[in-house]
Amino acid sequence: MGPTPLGWYLTLGAVLFAIGVVGVVIRRNVIVIFMAIELMLNAVNLSFVAIARSLGSMDGQVIVFFVMTVAAAEVAVGLAIILAVFRNRETTNADELTLLRW
Amino acid sequence: MNPVFFLLLAALTVAAAVTVILHPNPVHSACALVVTLFLLSVFFVGLDALLVAVLQVLVYAGAIVVLFLFIIMLLNLPIEARPMGGPALVAAAALGWAVLVGLLAAGVGRATAPASAPPPGFGQTEALAKQLFTVYLLPFELTSILLLVAIVGAIAVAQKRS
Repeated sequence: MGPTPLGWYLTLGAVLFAIGVVGVVIRRNVIVIFMAIELMLNAVNLSFVAIARSLGSMDGQVIVFFVMTVAAAEVAVGLAIILAVFRNRETTNADELTLLRW
Repeated sequence: MNPVFFLLLAALTVAAAVTVILHPNPVHSACALVVTLFLLSVFFVGLDALLVAVLQVLVYAGAIVVLFLFIIMLLNLPIEARPMGGPALVAAAALGWAVLVGLLAAGVGRATAPASAPPPGFGQTEALAKQLFTVYLLPFELTSILLLVAIVGAIAVAQKRS
């Protein structure tokens, strides 16, 4: 039996990305929404690594490295914002945070 | 990677990812996220991305999810009585999920590419560092500034106003 084809990895990445999208849409807790965003970033990372392996190029892995760094920065700032909002409003429910809604 | 092994791991990964978005307790969601990220690092090892796999466990499963758990603990979040939106929203999301997966899978599932043996040293620290400090030097330095700004910004935002 040969190695797993590239399309399988890309399909798994697509499925995980779609799960992340659904998580953002259906969940009301902003922390869980945040986790779903991390899930989407990782699904794309999987595709990057799979394509890098298939092309024999290191560029895809370098981009994954950058995605991880930016994700770390994003989580630090995002969780700080959630903390600040929670201090003021005592909630992490996205339905109740409607101050900026038009 | 052996296709049978791949399918087994893929099933586990999807199950863990679904647990992340469906479990009413945010702590369990975070734990399922650790499992998902760890399983993805196994895929990275299978794809010869050894350094990326190690970073995945250290940075994602280690640092980022611990930060999530720390914030959940700090906010003392209860288990949600109604974690989802209304049933219409969930149904629409499920339908959208099916369509999205169908489209993406139809597009990428047939992708074929030269699965040749990678060049020697592929995915090792040396190869990645060489790219990082030659071709991607400017983005690399910009990322360090981004991290600095993020640290200062996070402290400034989360600080208690006296």
